[in-house]
Amino acid sequence: MAADRSRLPAPGPEPAFAFPAIRKHTLGNGLQVWTVEHTAVPLVTLLLLVPAGAAADPAERPGLAALTGDLLDEGAGDLSSIAMHEALARIGARLDTDVGADATTISLTALARFTEPALELLADLVLRPRFEAAEFERVRERRLHRLLQLRDLPQAIADRAFVHLLYPGHPYGHLAVGTEDSLRGMTLDEVVAFHRRAYALSRATLIIVGDGRHDAFVEAARRVFDCPSATPDGIAVDAAALLLPAAPRERFALIHRPAAVQSELRIGQVATSRHSPDYHALLVLNMVLGGQFVSRLNLKLREEKGYTYGARTSFDFRRGPGPFVLQMSIQTDVTADAIRESLAELRAVRAERPPEDGELEMARAALTRGYPRNFETAAQIARAAAQLALYELPEEYFSEFVTRVREVESEAVRRAATGYLEPDRLVTVIVGDRERIRPTLEQAGFGPIGEISLP
Amino acid sequence: MNIEYASRRLANGLDVIVHEDWRCPIVAVNVWYHVGSKDERPGRTGFAHLFEHLMFEGSAHYARGYFHPLQEAGAALNGSTNADRTNYWEVVPVNALELALWMESDRMGYLLPALTPGKFANQRDVVLNERRQNYENRPYGLATMVLVGALYPPDHPYHWLTIGEPDDPRASTLDEVHAFLRAYYHPRNASLTIAGAVDADRAFALAREYFEEIEPGPDVPPVRVPLPALAREERRLVEDRVELPRLYLAWHTPALFEAGDAELDLVADLLANGKTSRLYRTLVYERRLATEVAASQNSRELSSFFQIVVTAAPGRSLAEIDTVITEEIARVQADGPDEGEMTRSFVQAEAHFVQRLQTVGGFGGKSDQLNAYNMFLGDPGYFGRDMARYRGATAVALRNAMRRHLSPGTRVAVSVVPSGHLELGLPGSRVETRA
Repeated sequence: MAADRSRLPAPGPEPAFAFPAIRKHTLGNGLQVWTVEHTAVPLVTLLLLVPAGAAADPAERPGLAALTGDLLDEGAGDLSSIAMHEALARIGARLDTDVGADATTISLTALARFTEPALELLADLVLRPRFEAAEFERVRERRLHRLLQLRDLPQAIADRAFVHLLYPGHPYGHLAVGTEDSLRGMTLDEVVAFHRRAYALSRATLIIVGDGRHDAFVEAARRVFDCPSATPDGIAVDAAALLLPAAPRERFALIHRPAAVQSELRIGQVATSRHSPDYHALLVLNMVLGGQFVSRLNLKLREEKGYTYGARTSFDFRRGPGPFVLQMSIQTDVTADAIRESLAELRAVRAERPPEDGELEMARAALTRGYPRNFETAAQIARAAAQLALYELPEEYFSEFVTRVREVESEAVRRAATGYLEPDRLVTVIVGDRERIRPTLEQAGFGPIGEISLP
Repeated sequence: MNIEYASRRLANGLDVIVHEDWRCPIVAVNVWYHVGSKDERPGRTGFAHLFEHLMFEGSAHYARGYFHPLQEAGAALNGSTNADRTNYWEVVPVNALELALWMESDRMGYLLPALTPGKFANQRDVVLNERRQNYENRPYGLATMVLVGALYPPDHPYHWLTIGEPDDPRASTLDEVHAFLRAYYHPRNASLTIAGAVDADRAFALAREYFEEIEPGPDVPPVRVPLPALAREERRLVEDRVELPRLYLAWHTPALFEAGDAELDLVADLLANGKTSRLYRTLVYERRLATEVAASQNSRELSSFFQIVVTAAPGRSLAEIDTVITEEIARVQADGPDEGEMTRSFVQAEAHFVQRLQTVGGFGGKSDQLNAYNMFLGDPGYFGRDMARYRGATAVALRNAMRRHLSPGTRVAVSVVPSGHLELGLPGSRVETRA
C-alpha cells in the first residue's frame, strides 16, 4: 500500500502516562530521603540537593559555593583525592557537582549492584570532605586558570557582564564561577565555614532513583546518612535573593572584542520567581517568542534572515526573581539589524502582534505532548524530583503539568507579556568588534552606548 | 546484555530495524545515510553538512519547515553529520509515529522539488554563522582543522572537517547540490530504526507503507583510499586569541571496530580521562604543568586517529609538557597498565555500555546504536560483541597497541599559542595562517 501524501497523518489518541511515584522519608537528623523505583537498566542515580548555591556566596566572596563544591571530591573521609577517584571508578560511577544560583547538587550514577558503596562515597563527599590546604590551593589555582580562559570565550564574557549589569548589588549579580579578585582573597577557613552552614542535612534532600526497591534504598540511606547533623540549622533562605535588584547603571553596554567575526548578544530583564502565578503562562509565551526552533525569533533571525546559527529566549525561574534573556551570536556586519529585529519582536508580542491562537496551540502542544520523554532515565527523574524539593512544589506537580499548560488562555499570555517584557527595563549587552559595529549601533538610535569591561 | 531487535530489508534496499521497549509511551525514529564529509571533494567541502540543514526545510508534499508539525506533535528532533555518516532522528509520543515516518520518507524520496535557491542561500548563510560561532570566534576553534590538514594528505577525504571551507558553498551551484543528493540520499544507502513502545509487526508494516515506494537509487561504491601514514613527525603552530597555550597530539590508528580500536579507546581512558588517569595525575595534579588534559581514540570508518589535548598552566611551555607525555607513554609501552588500572577500566567500560541502554532515541540512544552497527558492520546485533571487545582487552594488548601505534616519530603536533607568542609552541613548528 502506498502512503497517502496528500496530507500529514493526524495523531492518534494521546497515550496515557503515569508519572513515577516518589516515596518520601525523613531520617532522624532531618534529611529528606526520596526514592523512585526505575528498573529499566541496572543503574542507580543518587542526587543530594543542598539548597544553597551561588546566591549564598557572601557579597565579597563570589565563587565560594562553587569552590566548596569543587573541593568535595578532593579528599574525603579516609580517602585522599586520588583514592576517592579510584574508588568511584571501581564502581563505574560518574560524579557531577553542579552549583546553580539557588542550589548545589551532587549526583552520582553507578551500576546498581554498587548502590551501597556509592551511597558511602557520596556521604564521605558531602559530610566528611577533608578540605586540606594543599588541595585548596591547587583547586583555587585551577579555577583561576579557568577564569583566565573564560576571558577568551565571548559567550562567557556576555553572561558575566549581563548578570552583573542586571543585578547590581544583588545575590544573583554574579556567576557561580566567581571573580579573580574574590578567588585570590579566599581562605580555606571560609570554605570550611561555608560547608558547615550550607551542607546541613536538615535542609538537604537525598534522591535515589534506580534499579532497586524503595525499602532497600531507604534502609541503605539510613545506615549511611543517619548520623547527627553537624549544624542542625543550616543556611536560611537568603532574603536578599528574594528582593528585586536596584535599577541597572547601563541599559546598553558594549564590550570590545577586537576583530570578532560575530557579536555575542544578550537582551533581557529581571522577570519573576519559580513561585509566580504566571509560571505556566510564561512557559507558553516563551515558546512563542524564542523557546523552540519554530519560535518567532529563530524563524525571523535564522530561517528568514540568516543572521545567526540560532536565536533563543528563556525565563530562568528561581527562588527569587530570575532573569529573562534573549541570546544569540550574530554575524558582525548585521549586528545592529539583528538587535533592531530582536527588540521589535519583544515589543510586538506585547503590543501589535500578540500570540495568535495557532501559535498558542502550537506552544501548548509542544510543551505537553512531549512531556513523558523527560522521564526516561534515572538521572532525568532524579533531576525532576530535585526541582520539586528545591522549590517545595506539590507532589502532583508532574501529573498536573499538562492540564495546567493546556488551561493557559491567550489573555493570560498577553498579560504575562505585558507584565514581564517591559521595553524600558530591558538591558542589552554586546561583545563584539567596536570598530566595526559602533557606528551602526549609534545610527540605529538604541540610546546611549556605555563601553564597559569585565567586572 | 544486548539490544534485542528484528530487521528486514525492503524491496528497494532500505534496511529496517525494530526494537521494542514499552517503558515509556514514546517511540524513536532514526535514519542513517551512509554519507559524510568523506564523500566530498576538495573545492566542494561542507556539502553533507549543508544537506543536513536542507533536509529540515521541506519536501515535495510538505514544502515548509519540518520542525513545526513534529514539535506540535510533541517530538524532539535533530540531525548530525560527521566524516562517515549523517543521521536524523525524532522521538515522538507513540500516537505520532506515522507522522514521523511520513516526514522521514518524504524527505528521503521527494526532497528536490521543494529545494529552492532561496532555501539554499538562507541555509548557506546559517551554516557560515555556525562556522563563525563554533570555529572562527571560539578559542582554539581552528586547531582541529590544522590537525586533520597535517594528518591526512590533501586528496584524502578526512583532510577537511565536516563544517567545510567557507568559500565552497558559495562556489557551488544548485545543480551540484542536486547531483550530491541523488547520489547518496536514497534507500539503498540508508538504514531506518524504529525503537520504543511499538509492536514490531506494526512498525514493519508502517515502514513498508511509507518507504517501500521510494526509488532505490544508484549503487554507492565504498570509498577506497590508501591507509594514511606519516613519514615523520609534523609540527604546526597556530596563533589564536587565547590566554593559555594548548597542544594537540595525534597518531594514525586502526579503523572503527578493527583490531586495536577498542584497546586504544581504553588507552585513552588510562592516559587522560578522569582524575585517576596517568596524565591527569602527573601533569595536572602533581606537577601542575597543565590545567586540563584529555585523550580519545577517534574511531572512524576508513581509519582512526588517537588524540591527546593538553592546555598549559600559565607560564609553562608546551615543550616541557610534551616531554612528560612522551615519557609517560614510553612507561606504559614498557610496563603496560597495572592491575588496578585494568580492574577500573573493565568496570567503567561495563558502566558505559549499560548507560547506553537508557534511551530509545536521540544521539547515542538504542536506535542510533542499532543503525551504527548495521551501517558499519551489517550487523545490528553487535552490541554484545562490541562489549566483548572491551571485556577481552588485556594489559598486554593495551601495551602492544600503544607500542605499535603511538610512536613519537610519526605523529602530528599542533601548538596553539597566544597571538604574538610563537616561542610558547613546540620548536620547529610550521606556522599556519588560516582564518
